[in-house]
Amino acid sequence: MRKINTSVIEETVYNMALHAGVSITPACLDAMNFACEVEGSDAARFALETLIDNAHVASTENLPVCQDTGLAVVILEIGQEVFLEGKALKDAVNNGVRRAYADGYFRKSVCDPITRKNTGDNTPAVIHTEVVEGDKVSITYLPKGFGSENMSRLYMLKPAQGVEGIIDAIVETVKLAGSRPCPPVFVGVGIGGSFDTCAFLAKKALTREVGTYNPREDIAEIEREALRKINALNIGCQGFHGDTTALGVACEWAHTHIAGLPVAVNIQCHCVRLEKEVL
Amino acid sequence: MKKLTLPLTKDAVKELRAGESVSITGVVLTARDCAHKRLISLLNEKKPLPFEIKDAVIYYAGPCPAKPDKVSGSCGPTTSARMEGFAPTLLDLGLGAIIGKGEMNVETREALKRNTAVYFAAIGGAGALYGLSIKSSKCVAFDDLMSEAVYRLEVEDFPAIVAYDCYGGSIY
Repeated sequence: MRKINTSVIEETVYNMALHAGVSITPACLDAMNFACEVEGSDAARFALETLIDNAHVASTENLPVCQDTGLAVVILEIGQEVFLEGKALKDAVNNGVRRAYADGYFRKSVCDPITRKNTGDNTPAVIHTEVVEGDKVSITYLPKGFGSENMSRLYMLKPAQGVEGIIDAIVETVKLAGSRPCPPVFVGVGIGGSFDTCAFLAKKALTREVGTYNPREDIAEIEREALRKINALNIGCQGFHGDTTALGVACEWAHTHIAGLPVAVNIQCHCVRLEKEVL
Repeated sequence: MKKLTLPLTKDAVKELRAGESVSITGVVLTARDCAHKRLISLLNEKKPLPFEIKDAVIYYAGPCPAKPDKVSGSCGPTTSARMEGFAPTLLDLGLGAIIGKGEMNVETREALKRNTAVYFAAIGGAGALYGLSIKSSKCVAFDDLMSEAVYRLEVEDFPAIVAYDCYGGSIY
């Protein structure tokens, strides 16, 4: 049994949140640079150049890349041989987030859904925990902006709709979102499971590196085909029309019921901020 | 890139065409979801608005807090579609221009036409750059709303694209 004090988790989340707020991932920046090089539309290229410039300014000046510093999503994979000691895990994670949003001068974007009253410190974070094998704790930190989150959709397809139905659902979601979610987008897709797990799979897909494909070849083929169809939509950067509407499509899957085919499509804007640490 | 100084005259608005890139200097007022709800409530109660709406420019944005050595925190545009239920009313009261990101509905486009007003798309996600283009920032209403309050911002060389012009032209 390995002991880990939750104060270590708090410090780790604090550092991840501080760094994530001011930096987009190298893989996302590579994809943006490539999109800019090949872009045929002047307006879309102007927007891509501005965004690449913005990413550099943000990291050198230590400023939030985007003012929507997001709802903090924290995924913890906790080894079953780990004993967590110290304050409650939830409190440790929220403390890390709270301190980072204060010290980083990040926007506090969390509110009561009915009264709309801001909690003032960007907590509570959305915390997912999974118990896994081993004696490590893996932490994934994803600050999620809501311009893109708002454009996400969940479909309960008929099994007969199959792969074609899945691809149509992905493409339709991006098409309906249009210019609103800050394209080029990164598309996270959950396939299978139940209503709830499907949506979580879509979120988890967004924690994959932009440009990677699912190891299962038939799923990777869905990713490639959906991406091809999305980029044929000609929405382009910021909706100014252009060649790149999505930087990538990432699908994660789970077994489902014989009567159903849930598909969740979670949209991430071009500002992919993501941190991973293993304790 | 065309340089524009705010407030815009109607003649200046008539010169703008969808798709044109511009660089904006002058005063804008931030307002997003909660601030708009309050503005419309004030109007419904026949109360005065907390700022002069005629020829004003509303920027759909909610900035990050400013660091001690900076005028403003990051401050890019938010999704305009969420404000399209409020935009025609404010345009009919004389609002001169809107800055935001993404498409807006046909009612807003019609209101832009009948009032000779313009909608600029700022580049969504370029929050750090936009924050640095802000030369002064002052909260002028609803300070309890924090980042959703109304801030009077002086911006300089703020890059944007004419998204909807006053003739019904659209970049989308």
